[in-house]
Amino acid sequence: MPIRPSSAIDRVGASVLDLFAFVGALALFGARAGVEAVRPPYEPREIARHVYQFGTRSAPLILTAGVAIGVVLSMHTRASLERFGAEAMIPAGLAIALIRETGPLTAGLLVSGRVGAGIGAEIGAMKVTEQIDALEATAVDAFKYLAVTRIVALMIAMPLLTLMMDFSGMFGGYLAEAAVSGMSWSLYFERAFTYITYSDLIPATIKTIVFGYLIAVAASYLGFTTSRGTEGVGEASTRSVVMGSMLIILSDVVLVKIIFFFYPPVSG
Amino acid sequence: MTAVRFERVSKRFGALAVLDDVSFEIPQGQAFCLLGRSGTGKSVTLRHIVGLVRPDSGKVFVEDQDITTLTGRALGEVRTHMGFLFQNAALFDSMTVGDNVAFPMRRHTKWSAGDIRERATKKLADVGLETAYDKMPADLSGGMKKRAGLARAMALDPPILLVDEPSAGLDPITAKEIDELLVETKRGGTTLIVVTHNIPSARVIGDDFAVLHDGRMLAHGTLQELDASSEPLVQAFMRSQGGG
Repeated sequence: MPIRPSSAIDRVGASVLDLFAFVGALALFGARAGVEAVRPPYEPREIARHVYQFGTRSAPLILTAGVAIGVVLSMHTRASLERFGAEAMIPAGLAIALIRETGPLTAGLLVSGRVGAGIGAEIGAMKVTEQIDALEATAVDAFKYLAVTRIVALMIAMPLLTLMMDFSGMFGGYLAEAAVSGMSWSLYFERAFTYITYSDLIPATIKTIVFGYLIAVAASYLGFTTSRGTEGVGEASTRSVVMGSMLIILSDVVLVKIIFFFYPPVSG
Repeated sequence: MTAVRFERVSKRFGALAVLDDVSFEIPQGQAFCLLGRSGTGKSVTLRHIVGLVRPDSGKVFVEDQDITTLTGRALGEVRTHMGFLFQNAALFDSMTVGDNVAFPMRRHTKWSAGDIRERATKKLADVGLETAYDKMPADLSGGMKKRAGLARAMALDPPILLVDEPSAGLDPITAKEIDELLVETKRGGTTLIVVTHNIPSARVIGDDFAVLHDGRMLAHGTLQELDASSEPLVQAFMRSQGGG
């Protein structure tokens, strides 16, 4: 049966309205988390527990991926710079690429997959098994206890994991370079850090605090709004990864623009 | 003094009227049994009392405070006067059974860690789970989970205990033990509000009874009054499961 134009428009309109409603609800959830994070009680034990969990959950993945990315980037950088006889710049080129963008973005995407999915599934499972209601009935603010603590914890863990990714990437780059040219450890790192300044490292690492916030807000929101039993939990977990990854990539565009505004790229 | 009072409470979920103009009053220290078939609004009634659900209209008073107007700390304060056993126990599955019971104590008292452990162990012993402190909820059977949930609900010795289907899914012996424990709790002065469709169990526990049907209160009174009711559905209910 052919689709009537009016019904197709209705459906598109309804989808757009749903999208606005979702974005609005997500933004309110994130804003509420921001307000609650600075109001007592601060739940430091829960936050510390989550930082530890997120760190131990993600560290092996980050380290492994970091080394692999370092090796691959090194191979690509060598292929490009060799043409200009600039092999000596390989460590610096790799370090700049890793520290400014590849490290933070890749760490964000990996953490979104590892931790975001976990937060969505965990809170979602608590929702469908009435554990969130049980928390509330025990006179505990479930939003603060479950969502805010995870959001703050991931905002703390994310820059640390990013640094881990940066340095494991550098190590991977060194392994690749040592295998090809036999460059020593000390020379590699001396060359790598020649062109790196604090304005490369600090803003790029700090922006991952925003990544941590976005991943945890999206996952917590999807967990809290889970319905339809175990199917809903699976969906919350999957959507947490998709939503978290999308938010990271979109926010990165804005964050890089802001960083360039305060720290304009130096040429020459 | 009144422990809980419903004043013309109505609640709809979409097109479905879950509670329709429901009013009742539970004096302190009494055991109130809310009876009815599945899906008639019994659990939603309990959720109104603890403030997990807000009515579309009407008021819910807990110890003379209108819980429908409370938020934040004020709501939390009233909630510390209540314990809630959920139908599926709703134990926190990331904590041990002992930590589940100790959780309300850690949150709402200044007791030392040693005191809390001792009291939580005692609460677990009261429900026959003295050896389960370090087990995870996933390692417990359905009946054990329910008993652990009851221990958690009673952790702070609340003056009001809300119990959703205490004997559902339990073997008759465990169900009887839970009934006895609830009767014992009532003797200690706790107000009990029990949702059940197990009539023999309600007969053991209850002082006052109400039957909900399609969100409306079909009957309310003592056991004798309900047994003598001319309402066919109430009669059918009271005579079910060897109840009459």
